[in-house]
Amino acid sequence: MIKRIWATFYARSLEFLRDRSTLGWNFILPIALVFGLAFVFSGDGQPLFKVAVVAQSAEHPFLHTEHVEFYEVTPDAVDATVRKVGRHQVDMLLDLRDESARYWINSDSQNGYFLEKLLQHSGGTALQPQSVQGAEIRYVDWVVPGILGMNLMFSCLFGVGFVIVRYRKSGYLKRLNATPLSATEFLLAQIASRLALVVVVTTIVFTGTNLFMHFTMEGSYWNLLLVLVLGAFTLIALSLVVAARVSSEELAGGLLNLLTWPMMVLSGVWFSMEGTNPVMQWVSQLSPLTHILSAARAIMLDGAGLADIGVQLLVLVAMAALFLVIGTLSFKWTTE
Amino acid sequence: MTQAILEVRDLHKHYPGVNAVNGIDFAVRPGICFGLLGPNGAGKTTTIEMLEGITKPTAGEIRYKGEIQGARFRQEAGIQFQSTALQDFLTVRENLKFFSSLYPHSLPLDELVAICRLEDYLDRDASKLSGGQRQRMLLALALVNDPDVVFLDEPTTGLDPQARLNFWELVNKIKARHKTVLLTTHYMEEAYNLCDEIVIMDHGKIIAHGSPDTLLATHFQDVIIELPERDFPEAAKIIPHRYLDKVTGTVEIITQDVNATLGLLIHHGASLAGLQVRPRTLEDLFLALTGKELRA
Repeated sequence: MIKRIWATFYARSLEFLRDRSTLGWNFILPIALVFGLAFVFSGDGQPLFKVAVVAQSAEHPFLHTEHVEFYEVTPDAVDATVRKVGRHQVDMLLDLRDESARYWINSDSQNGYFLEKLLQHSGGTALQPQSVQGAEIRYVDWVVPGILGMNLMFSCLFGVGFVIVRYRKSGYLKRLNATPLSATEFLLAQIASRLALVVVVTTIVFTGTNLFMHFTMEGSYWNLLLVLVLGAFTLIALSLVVAARVSSEELAGGLLNLLTWPMMVLSGVWFSMEGTNPVMQWVSQLSPLTHILSAARAIMLDGAGLADIGVQLLVLVAMAALFLVIGTLSFKWTTE
Repeated sequence: MTQAILEVRDLHKHYPGVNAVNGIDFAVRPGICFGLLGPNGAGKTTTIEMLEGITKPTAGEIRYKGEIQGARFRQEAGIQFQSTALQDFLTVRENLKFFSSLYPHSLPLDELVAICRLEDYLDRDASKLSGGQRQRMLLALALVNDPDVVFLDEPTTGLDPQARLNFWELVNKIKARHKTVLLTTHYMEEAYNLCDEIVIMDHGKIIAHGSPDTLLATHFQDVIIELPERDFPEAAKIIPHRYLDKVTGTVEIITQDVNATLGLLIHHGASLAGLQVRPRTLEDLFLALTGKELRA
């Protein structure tokens, strides 16, 4: 069994490595995006103030200030939002609850300084100042897990799902079906081959761009690698569900696009889902990419350990198991 | 009596609205070349795919060496499909090594390469082979596990005459190694030259089964005289005949008594310069049984 899996793994990996155009694209796209976004957002940024508010329904004249984006957070999210103030991702946090009327700003932030002055001159209830310190998180630090995650998603879904459909349509699967190779062995080899390739490619891209961009990394690289491996495995398993029976490349392409585009928009690749419609936030939880990016950002930006990202890891394990069972049980070798 | 290597009992395959195979029975003796012939839509591809274990029968059973077809069959059978795609970017050598790795027992690569004469193409990208070279490589893939039974599904379709003759030579080499060969083909000449036994299928049923010579002897006691239309005078048209080819103008006379027919032709002033007498062929048998031209 191991011999057959290894042979299939090796043959598929050779095929991928010799397909220079596809291999090149797997490197070029994420590198171009990382450097492109770093360049675009390398200036001082837009003069927009972003303020998180607990109990926004409370009346306070400051909330009517123009050119400030106010968004509501729940009392449970105060700690997490304070950390964002520390990273300059949010300029100010207001807690307008009667018993604890306070505000937080980052003492190193120019935006925080100006917002504090505006708050003091707005009138209304006096709020207790709280100070936070911390270096600014650049947009590129926040977005790099998103770009690599997006590349991972496309590579896993199209690189496995689309290829299996092509194999089925061309009759290659039918030929393999005439050998002692079992469906499980074949699928395991496809998973292992793609997993190895995306982990190596993503690691090279991350390491290479990090040499120039010096991304913020508060947590463990090993934990990040674990998220990468588990995330890639889950996305590959999802691709097996699409590829299990389809024999038309056009249909497979349509189905894969139907999965990837909502995931790209709703998983927080380019922007945070905070402050968006609660229904959309709930829908985003159905996407494996949401949990991959959430865990990766928690490790990189907040220094989260395994216990902190336990929920995301468990969700990914559950999704991978579900997709794998469906994909394997419904797999067909031929177009019949 | 030698046990059949493959036995087919009351085999059926139904698709929605189509009965592709309608209860067929036959047995294949080990070491022979067994041909499966039939017009398009006769059910031969469905039958061979069920024999190969690719398609599940609706009813009936297939036994390999007396056992219900299973894991042992997959290890001991070699299959060359009519059209087989392979992975891109792999050389002939890499394809052979890959398929060898899928079996518990395989032929040494050198031996396989020698049988199929692939020495000059081993390190060539498999997608860049010519038609004949590709068919030889696909045959090599079918032989990697040193199979006891080899399925060849229309292996010479699309090949030029020289490549086809070369392929026949390879099939004869396989037969010489006492392997059982199951062959489907559109070429009657190929079936006659390679097969020890044939079945002809039509409408999902077997309509003839036996050795090519026995079948010809059973169905025909006559021969065919062919002569150009220009050599066939008006007076000779009292002899029963038909126009075989309107374009080239060939006339065909079927007769059980060659001497008497030739006498009549001479008597009516026919020229014998372009005349040919030929025995019945499998193509004639096929036309007689199915009423269809095989290549249509």
